[in-house]
Amino acid sequence: MDAFLLQVLNGLDKGGAYALIALGLTLVFGTLGVVNFAHGALFMLGAFCAVSLQQLLTISKKIKDPSVTFFDAFKETPYMEIWFGDAGTAIISYSVPLSILLAIPVMLLVGLIMERGLIQFFYKRSHAEQILVTFGLAIVIQELIKVAFGANPIPQAAPPIFAGTAPVGHWIGLGDAVVYPWWRMIYLFFSGVVIFAVFAFLRYTTYGMVVRAGMADRETVGLLGINIQRRFTIVFGIAAVVAGLAGVMYTPILPPDYHLGMEFLVLSFVVVVVGGMGSLPGAVSAGFLLGILQSFASMNEVKNIFPGIDQIIIYLVAVVILLVLPRGLMGRKGVMES
Amino acid sequence: MSIPSPRNDWILMAVFTAAVLAMPVWLAPIGAAYPDLLQKFAIFGIFAIGFNILFGLTGYLSFGHAAFLGVGSYAAVWSFKLLTMNVLPAVLFGTVLAGLFAVLIGFVSLRRSGIYFSILTLAFAQMSYNLAYSVLTPITNGETGLQLTLQDPRVIDNAISAPGEGLPWTELFGIKMSGYPGFYFCAVMLIIAFFISLRIFRSPFGMMLLAIKSNQTRMSYTGFNTRPYLLVAFVISGMYAGLAGSLLAVTDPLAGAERMQWTASGEVVLMTILGGVGTLVGPMLGAGIIKYFENIFSAYNDQILHGIFAALPDGIEAVVVAVTGLFVGEGWHLTLGALFMIIVIFLPGGLVEGARRIKSFFVRRSLRRHGIRTDQPVTRV
Repeated sequence: MDAFLLQVLNGLDKGGAYALIALGLTLVFGTLGVVNFAHGALFMLGAFCAVSLQQLLTISKKIKDPSVTFFDAFKETPYMEIWFGDAGTAIISYSVPLSILLAIPVMLLVGLIMERGLIQFFYKRSHAEQILVTFGLAIVIQELIKVAFGANPIPQAAPPIFAGTAPVGHWIGLGDAVVYPWWRMIYLFFSGVVIFAVFAFLRYTTYGMVVRAGMADRETVGLLGINIQRRFTIVFGIAAVVAGLAGVMYTPILPPDYHLGMEFLVLSFVVVVVGGMGSLPGAVSAGFLLGILQSFASMNEVKNIFPGIDQIIIYLVAVVILLVLPRGLMGRKGVMES
Repeated sequence: MSIPSPRNDWILMAVFTAAVLAMPVWLAPIGAAYPDLLQKFAIFGIFAIGFNILFGLTGYLSFGHAAFLGVGSYAAVWSFKLLTMNVLPAVLFGTVLAGLFAVLIGFVSLRRSGIYFSILTLAFAQMSYNLAYSVLTPITNGETGLQLTLQDPRVIDNAISAPGEGLPWTELFGIKMSGYPGFYFCAVMLIIAFFISLRIFRSPFGMMLLAIKSNQTRMSYTGFNTRPYLLVAFVISGMYAGLAGSLLAVTDPLAGAERMQWTASGEVVLMTILGGVGTLVGPMLGAGIIKYFENIFSAYNDQILHGIFAALPDGIEAVVVAVTGLFVGEGWHLTLGALFMIIVIFLPGGLVEGARRIKSFFVRRSLRRHGIRTDQPVTRV
């Protein structure tokens, strides 16, 4: 039971990331009808928002170290510390959560530019061409990041207050062996909040209602005199923000490097297909489901029975689901059926 | 494009053969006439031509073709290790094994179409890649890659003659398969592959595939079961990839899992698109151009760039070098991605389509000059 719970917990945070990316993919697909292979790159861009803020905050200058008295020793001290003292140090240590503030406008802008600059010309083209052009864009973004930040992963620290682990097992009376890193717990909570916010936005705001109407019947909504195109463009921006935020918060869990996006993209696409193309709840639940399955597959007990299963479980599940349930777990009739 | 007729096809075939065999001559002025690169042209030409049989004729976009390339390579290297250094069995094994593998994957993947098919093939390729890296290490030698060793049994070779000193070379009845002989072997394979592809394009089977591409539902209504046709096309194109993979092993007898990665699948898609999807010579053209520029661009560095732009004023020169420096050397992939986008956005038909447009522009202009009205577009076949 302990081991079981531990694996579920371990799968949840990765599942959260899958769910957030898949949610954005599905939103874009549902509104604009575009298959966006560059969505993983947006996740990666978000992660690098956190990296750049951290690098910005820690711009330092060499000052004399007063604690060394024998000779003139210099140490790198960030300007933040010179200017604000301990408050500056605290700000630096909170750079990852603070990056959210930076990531929201940046990702929104990136999303809008991408939609207006490229995606809008591909509404009417075939899915194959959409895949190819966004695939090319993803390569371009990833190579630019490589030029700017180098090829090595850049570790990011979670704020010290979230270091260590949460005694989850102790809380629910299952023994002290079941512990869960605080930051992963935060991530899980955060992805839950974002997912809830997106659903609430679509469900309970007039704006969201119009968007949903547009997803169901774009033409009629247009005939009612609503500029549905503009709303869809903004939805694309929101999807970019969601992917970006997922990336920002994931940096303490996995140090970002330039091909982070590609790794997550392939998996997220599988998640979308498993969940059912065009179904938001499907995308979210499939994200968590596959995250948990992956973590179960990496247990030693399972690996002893099926060697290598941890490497292929997600793809295997996708193949089985696609063959048994052609529409995915929650796909609606008539979406992407040719 | 001329009208397809048996006579024109033979002319095309003859021109293609001459062009391929004479590559060391006519590619010399652009600095591409050395064996290693020529071998790559031929090998990736085969890969792209095979991919085009699937994507160009049926419209099914496979994102997992690199898996077959990898299988072909592994099979060929194993043939070198276990049987003989002769390349013919290696090529045969590589092609056949990739074909069998394609039957398996195709049978499952072709149950779905459109983007689902792309995801399924991608999933299978990623599975093969991950397995080759982890569990299948006894067969694939994991990260190190499969290589020849001195302890290999090589039963056929050793039965005929005593093993020589050092690692043996791949050979074809005594001719060492490196340098120009290696290229000519690949070139002959390329010509055969091109001929088969030409015959497929002109055959009733090829017409059937094109019909599936334009309207699969209608094909089903007329009583055709489309799936066997698709499967055959998929397997043929998988065998082409296997052939290309085994030729990679012939020219350099080692095989690694990174050949199966999905970026490799993306590359063959780009080659085909760049040249022209569904055209005969397009994929070969695309493969050649990409491999050529990959080779040239990756070799550039800032010093060479400074040399090239030395004539410019200093300030401008620094800027130009900084900007172009992004796209060459390590940044070659950036060029590749940008090229990918530009082609898909502006020239979805690829270079062949571009050439056709230029040609029809000139034809129309000369007609106009002779006072012939050209309100109607010039009909092309």
